[in-house]
Amino acid sequence: MILFEMIDYDVLRVIWWVLLGVLLIGFALTDGFDMGVGALLPFVGKTDVERRVAINTIGPVWEGNQVWFILGGGAIFAAWPPLYAVSFSGFYLAMFVILAAFILRPVAFKYRSKRDSQAWRSSWDWALFVGGAVPALLFGVAVGNVLLGVPFHLTEDLMPMYDGNFFSKFIGLLRPFALLAGVVSLSVLLMHGAAWLSLKAEGPVAQRARRIGTVAGIVAFVTYAVAGLWMAFGMDGYALGEVTANGPSNPLYSEVSRGVSWMSAYAARPWIWIAPVMGFSGIAMAVVGMRAGREVSTLLWSQLGIVGIISSVGLTMFPFILPSNVDPKSSLTVWDASSSHQTLFVMLVVTVIFLPLILGYTAWVYKVLWGKVTEADVTENSHSVY
Amino acid sequence: MEIGLVELSRLQFAMTAMYHFLFVPLTLGLSILVAIMETVYVMTNRPIWRQITKFWAMLFGINFALGVATGLTMEFQFGMNWSYYSHYVGDIFGAPLAIEGLMAFFMEATFVGLMFFGWDKLTKVQHAVVTWLVAIGSNFSALWILIANGWMQNPVGSVFNPDTMRMEMTSFFDVMFNEVAQAKFVHTVSAGYVTASVFVLGVSAFYLIQDKHKDLARRSIGVASAFGLASALSVVVLGDESGYSASHTQKMKLAAIEAMWETEEAPASFTLVGFPDQEARETHYAVRFPWVMGIIGTRSLTKKIPGIAELVKISEHKIRDGIIAYDALMTIRAEREATPQQVRDTFEAHSGNLGYALLLKRYVDDPREATEEQIKLAADDTVPGVAPLFWAFRVMVGLGFSFIAVMLYFFWRSSFRQMQFPRWSLYFAVAVIPAPWIAAELGWFVSEFGRQPWTVDGILPTALSASHLTVADLLITLTGFVTFYTILFIVEMGLMVKYIRKGPYQDVEETNTWQRAYEARLRGETNATPAE
Repeated sequence: MILFEMIDYDVLRVIWWVLLGVLLIGFALTDGFDMGVGALLPFVGKTDVERRVAINTIGPVWEGNQVWFILGGGAIFAAWPPLYAVSFSGFYLAMFVILAAFILRPVAFKYRSKRDSQAWRSSWDWALFVGGAVPALLFGVAVGNVLLGVPFHLTEDLMPMYDGNFFSKFIGLLRPFALLAGVVSLSVLLMHGAAWLSLKAEGPVAQRARRIGTVAGIVAFVTYAVAGLWMAFGMDGYALGEVTANGPSNPLYSEVSRGVSWMSAYAARPWIWIAPVMGFSGIAMAVVGMRAGREVSTLLWSQLGIVGIISSVGLTMFPFILPSNVDPKSSLTVWDASSSHQTLFVMLVVTVIFLPLILGYTAWVYKVLWGKVTEADVTENSHSVY
Repeated sequence: MEIGLVELSRLQFAMTAMYHFLFVPLTLGLSILVAIMETVYVMTNRPIWRQITKFWAMLFGINFALGVATGLTMEFQFGMNWSYYSHYVGDIFGAPLAIEGLMAFFMEATFVGLMFFGWDKLTKVQHAVVTWLVAIGSNFSALWILIANGWMQNPVGSVFNPDTMRMEMTSFFDVMFNEVAQAKFVHTVSAGYVTASVFVLGVSAFYLIQDKHKDLARRSIGVASAFGLASALSVVVLGDESGYSASHTQKMKLAAIEAMWETEEAPASFTLVGFPDQEARETHYAVRFPWVMGIIGTRSLTKKIPGIAELVKISEHKIRDGIIAYDALMTIRAEREATPQQVRDTFEAHSGNLGYALLLKRYVDDPREATEEQIKLAADDTVPGVAPLFWAFRVMVGLGFSFIAVMLYFFWRSSFRQMQFPRWSLYFAVAVIPAPWIAAELGWFVSEFGRQPWTVDGILPTALSASHLTVADLLITLTGFVTFYTILFIVEMGLMVKYIRKGPYQDVEETNTWQRAYEARLRGETNATPAE
C-alpha cells in the first residue's frame, strides 16, 4: 500500500503531535470539570440533596468525558509507542495512584445513592473528592516532571530503564517545580469545575462554587505566572542537534544538549506567545465572570484558559515530548518517537472519520441535557438519578 | 532480568484482565438484551415492557460501572508493566486499541449517560436508538480488542524494522481481517450473550420461585431463552472455528490443549480425558476416540496434525535460524547505513525467526553465544503447560454444550408449554448462573496460557516483554489491586443482590392508567391506543 505516502512522514508526525494536544485538551476541558466538581463536592454541598445536585450535574456525562483519558492512552500507544512505553512505566506508582483514583470514581457515582445510610454516602463523597483532586494534582506534577526531564535511558535494544529505587521514583517526582505545576493544574480544574457548577446548578451550590472558583482562579493565575518565570530564569531546557524529520523512529539516532532555556522557543517562534496570552486572559476573564455571576461566558473563558495553558507547554517544548535528564540522548522527540509512516497514516484516516462524529454526538448529548439540575429534580426522581 | 519480576507482572496482568472479564461478558450481552426488550416496548407500547427494560438496564448499570473502571487499568497496563512489549509491537498493537476508543468506547460511554438519565428528555424512539447505540458500541469495543489480541496469537501484516528495533505494520487490512481475530470475536461476543441470557434466566427463575414479579420474569425468560439458544449454538460453532484456525496458526497451542505428544497417522485420534504428564511426555489413563481429532482439526482425512515432539524439533531449528538473523541485526545496528547489502539480505531471509533467538535471552545475554544445551532448553520452553490447558479446555467445552441444553429446554417450555416451568428447573436455572463466567475465564486461560512462552506468538518472548521495574514496585501495585478489587467486588455483589431482591421499580400510577385505557378499549368505549 503506497497510499500512505500521500502525506510525508514529517507532516504526519506534526499532525499527530497536534492531535496529541487535541486529546489532552479534550480530556482537560470535559473530564476536567468532572474532576473539579469531584474535588469541590464536600465544600459546595452541605446537605445530601445539595451534594446530589452537584453530582447529577455531571452524572450523565462523566462517562463519555472519561473516554478522552482512555482514548488518550490508546492514541499515545498507537502514534507514540515509545512515549507510551517510557512514560507509564517510568511514572509507575504515580500512574497506579491515578488509576486507583479513577477506578474509585465510576463506582462512587453509581453506588453512592444506592443506599440510604449516611456513612455509606459520605464515604463515597470522599471517594469522589479523591477521584477528582488527586488526578488533577498529579497530572500537573507529571507535566512539571516532563519539563524538568525524567530519569530514564534507553538501551541499545531500546529497552527503557529507570534510575533509582521504587521509593525515590515516586517521591522523586515531587520536585518543587513539579509540585508548583501540580498546583496550577489543580487550581485551574477547580476553577473549571466551579464554572460548570455555576452554570448547571443553582442556589447555594452555585454560590459556593463561584466563591471557591474565584479564589482557585486567582491561585491558578499567580502560580502559572510563577511557573513561567521559573522556566525562564530557574531551569535548563533541552535542545535537539541536527534534525532528521523524516528519519526512523529511533531516539538514539539524534543528539540532544542541555543548558538552553525552554523560553528560547519564544524568541525563535514569536507567534507562540498566543498560547500564554490565551492562558492568562482565559483565567482572568473567568474570574471576572464568576464574580459578575455570568454563566455561559465564564465556562467558555475557563475553557480558553485551559487551552492556553496546555498549548503553552506543548509549544514551548516542541519538538521534545519527553526529555531525559540523566541521558539527554534518550529523550523522545516528535521526530524520533512516533509510529511508522503507515500506522500514522491509517490512524489519521480513522481519526478524521470518527473524531467529527464523536464531537457531533457529544454536542447532541449536551444539548439534550441542557438546563439546570435543581433540588426538585433530585428529590422527585430519587430512585433513578445518582 | 530476574524471573521473579516477569512472573509477578504476568500474575498482575492475568489477575486484572480476568477480573475485568467478570464484567465484560454481561455488558456485551445484557446491553443487547435490554435493547431488544426496549424495542418490544416501543413496538407494543405496553408499560410492562418499559418496566422490564428499566429493571434490567439498572442491573446492567451496576455491572457496567465496574467494567469501565477495571477497563481503565487494562488500557494503561501495557505501558506500565510491559514497556518493552509496548515499544516492540506498539506500532501494530496500539492501533486497534486507539480505534476501539474512537469508534466504539466513545459511543458507548457517551450514550450510556442518556440511557439512564434521558427517559424524560427523549422520545421513546430516540431513547431506544440510544440504547441500541450503547449495545453496538460495547460490541464494537470487543471487535477491536479481539483484533488486537488476535494479532498476538497470529501476528500477520507486520515486519521487523532493524532501524527502530521493533515490529512495524505492513498491512492494516491483514491485521484487521486476521482470521484468528474474526473467529475469536464472534466466539467471545456470543459467550457474552450466553452469559447475559443465563443471568436473566436465573434471576427470573428466582422470582418465579419466590412467586413475585411473574409478568416480568416470564417475559424475560422468553426473550433470554430464545436469544441464549442462538448464542449458545454460535459459541460452539465459532469455538470450533477457533480450533480449526489454531491447527495452522498455533500448532503448539493446539497440540498442548489436546495433549498430542507425538505426531499420529492421519486422521489423529481425540483424547477425551486422561492425565497428561509433561515430564514423560505421555498421557496416563487416556480415553481415545480414533479419527475425531484429525477431522475436527484439519477437516480432512489425510492431513496430519503435528505432535509436541515434532514441534519442539521445529522450534529448535527456528532458534538456530533466528541466531543467524540476530547476528545480522547486530551488524546492521553497528554499521547502520554502511551495512553491506549482503548482510541486510541475510537479515531479511531469516528475520521471521528472530523471535526464536530471543528465547535464548533467558539463558544468555548474547544469543550467538548460546550452548547446544541452552538451545535445547529454549526449544523445550516453547511447550506450554499441557495439563492445565488440557483440563481447562475440556471443562469449558463441556459447559459450552450444557448451555445449549439449558437454553433449548427453557425455549421449549416457554414456546410450547405456556411458560410453565417445573420447580426443579427453576432451581437449576438459579444454580447455573455462575457457569458461563467460569467457562469464559477458562476460555481466556486456554487462549493466553496456551500462547506461552510468547507475548506475541513467535515474535516476542514473555520473559523479555516486561518493564524494568523492581519487585517492590510490583508487590505494592499487586497488593493494591488485590485489596482494591476485592472491596469493589464485595460492594458490587452486595448491590446486585440488594437490587435483585428489591425487584423492579413499579410506577403504579402509570401502570394503572394504562390498564384502565386498555380495558376501556376492550369494552369498545374508545378507539384510541392506550397512552403511556
